Amino acid sequence: MPPTPARPVRDVAVVAFAQTDHRRRTDELSEVEMLMPVLHQVLDETGLRTSDIGFTCSGSSDYLAGRAFSFTMALDGVGAWPPISESHVEMDGAWALYEAWVKILTGEADTALVYAYGKSSPGSVRDVLTRQLDPYYLAPLWPDSVSLAALQAQALIDAGDTDERALASVASRSRADARANAHAQVKGEVPSGDYLVHPLRTTDCPPVSDGAAAVILAAGDRARELCSRPAWIRGIDHRIEAHSLGVRDLTDSPSTRLAAERAGAYEVRLDTAELHAPFTSQEVVLRKALGLGDDITVNPSGGALAANPIMAAGLLRIGEAAARIHRGESDAALAHATSGPCLQQNLVAVLEGDPR
Amino acid sequence: MSTPRASRTSRTSHKEPVAVVGIGQTAHVSARHDVSIAGLVREAAQRALLDAELTWQDIDAVVIGKAPDFFEGVMMPELYLADALGAVGKPMLRVHTAGSVGGSTALVAANLIAARVHGTVLTLAFEKQSESNAMWGLSLPVPFQQPLLAGAGGFFAPHVRAYMRRTGAPDHIGSLVAYKDRRNALKNPYAHLKDPTLTLEKVQSSPMLWDPIRYSETCPSSDGACAMILTDRTGAARSPHPPAWVHAGAMRSEPTLFAGKDFVSPQAGKDCAADVYHQAGITDPRRQIDAVEMYVPFSWYEPMWLENLGFAGEGEGWKLTASGVTELDGDLPVNPSGGVLSSNPIGASGMIRFAEAALQVRGRAGAHQIPDARTALGHAYGGGSQFFAMWVVGADRPGG
Repeated sequence: MPPTPARPVRDVAVVAFAQTDHRRRTDELSEVEMLMPVLHQVLDETGLRTSDIGFTCSGSSDYLAGRAFSFTMALDGVGAWPPISESHVEMDGAWALYEAWVKILTGEADTALVYAYGKSSPGSVRDVLTRQLDPYYLAPLWPDSVSLAALQAQALIDAGDTDERALASVASRSRADARANAHAQVKGEVPSGDYLVHPLRTTDCPPVSDGAAAVILAAGDRARELCSRPAWIRGIDHRIEAHSLGVRDLTDSPSTRLAAERAGAYEVRLDTAELHAPFTSQEVVLRKALGLGDDITVNPSGGALAANPIMAAGLLRIGEAAARIHRGESDAALAHATSGPCLQQNLVAVLEGDPR
Repeated sequence: MSTPRASRTSRTSHKEPVAVVGIGQTAHVSARHDVSIAGLVREAAQRALLDAELTWQDIDAVVIGKAPDFFEGVMMPELYLADALGAVGKPMLRVHTAGSVGGSTALVAANLIAARVHGTVLTLAFEKQSESNAMWGLSLPVPFQQPLLAGAGGFFAPHVRAYMRRTGAPDHIGSLVAYKDRRNALKNPYAHLKDPTLTLEKVQSSPMLWDPIRYSETCPSSDGACAMILTDRTGAARSPHPPAWVHAGAMRSEPTLFAGKDFVSPQAGKDCAADVYHQAGITDPRRQIDAVEMYVPFSWYEPMWLENLGFAGEGEGWKLTASGVTELDGDLPVNPSGGVLSSNPIGASGMIRFAEAALQVRGRAGAHQIPDARTALGHAYGGGSQFFAMWVVGADRPGG
């Protein structure tokens, strides 16, 4: 029996969203300098000041920054004085949004500022992400993120779920759509690249990006005051799978399906889905797990194939989905975020606008 | 003894009460060569499940915390630990708020229940310092940012000196705290540093590391983990042992460095304490709180935090310490477990403070139990004295 969707005890909405232009490198900017404009933008959009915010939560990774406690520097940029109610997840900002959503549900806050940032340019992302793996048996072998994704892609091809031509069409569609996204890093016609790790070509893989994103959440009437068409979070849930690739069916994503069930995604007539699929093959897995048909617009922003600032890319999906509702381009959108090798951990949020 | 709790404000009236029904710790030692990181966290989690008489199937979600990933050299270790913590198919959140992380992690877990998102949550924090080198992890050079040159002690020692200058506290107060906490640790089966031959004179003659902080006034480097099972009213009704009820929880943060920051008594700490006292209906913490588990990594932070947390007036904290009030048999026992000075698995240290406070009001603290403890404070801090997390737990359910 499928689990029943969890019914939130309060109505909470995304009321503002901002992102940087995502770029291959931002040598001239510190993380804080990269983050400051998006923080100011969401505050300006809502007219809120830092002192009006009930709760603040961020997502980032020390391993990208190359130093311990890197998020403390970002806090300096938030304007955390007088002292604020604040927390941080060492995860993608989508999970920071989840923590903030829970905080608002308790009634202890009516508004929340959520932000996330990642600079991949100072190091080699492929090497850095190997440090996420089981430290005793797997990480010493340095299997990189593209190689692991290629294993997943080959498993999909072997299962008859896709082929290289279909994967190429995911890439070209994403980058064509990214033309309409002023913040995207890779857009337009990109020739099908060489194999990076067979069967994945460079065009099947995400760009290496520096970038940041920020979102403001608000409850009930406060949301209506701050936004003409709030993107209500009807449900949000996340699930994790086993770490070892050997015990997982890489062609499926049961954790995404379970999170979607709990978030109520199958009970809403969706028109849009923003999927955090850094590799073309992962969009195939997610579409199947979520049962998305061709009538649903997938990744109109271009998705992670157009810009993939690690630790912010998941929050970007929620922001992009919400922004489409704000603009009246969507009435019901699904947003998805992932973490870990080969879609190990997945978050699904269902956002809806009020009827027009 | 404590007075009855005031009813909660209407703003928070729809929250589900949260109960601590299971607590588990590992032995805290310099190096647990017998277990992997996964083995370490599973040991604490299984002890918490045993205490609650629950199984892995009863857990709806896992919230895990630890200090920087560089301390073990594993990026986002929650991914690798999902299997060991029975989290497969469940939600798993990873909190990181520097040294306060163990407290923050417990509060995030408690909120999942208070918000009625989940019924029963496993929360856990750990550090396995023997897998790496914390001093190295804290000293990675970054351009244009000031390095933490000599580890945490080098950062905090000038603020201790400032406290002594400001209050006129005599030189020996720090050694009193270290001697007290290490004696308390002798009664705690999980504590790391246990020296039955320790004397006050030995503390006072130990080498000076960062003036005025002596070697015996600093925390050790430990491997260890702490786990708690938090649940709602229904879960608490099934608890085989008395639960600890969460009466209040709060976090506060302020920037690392800025002109006007008071490093001796940070505003974020004062605000956080005021918030939890307000939530718990505490108007006189000195009288209404029966036991305190305070984050004291360097002994002088006991008198400093006594003032910051409102147990003593400004400049008066050291007098409380000197008078013996904070001893195990004093009327405001501080760190009956032996505290961070006796065990410091960094990422877990905050959660151990929260868990030890809960053990006290459950009456399950064993040889270091404070008789009739009804209300206890758990306290954690981190970063450059800038992140604070606290909770107040009680033997009675909030609101009666």
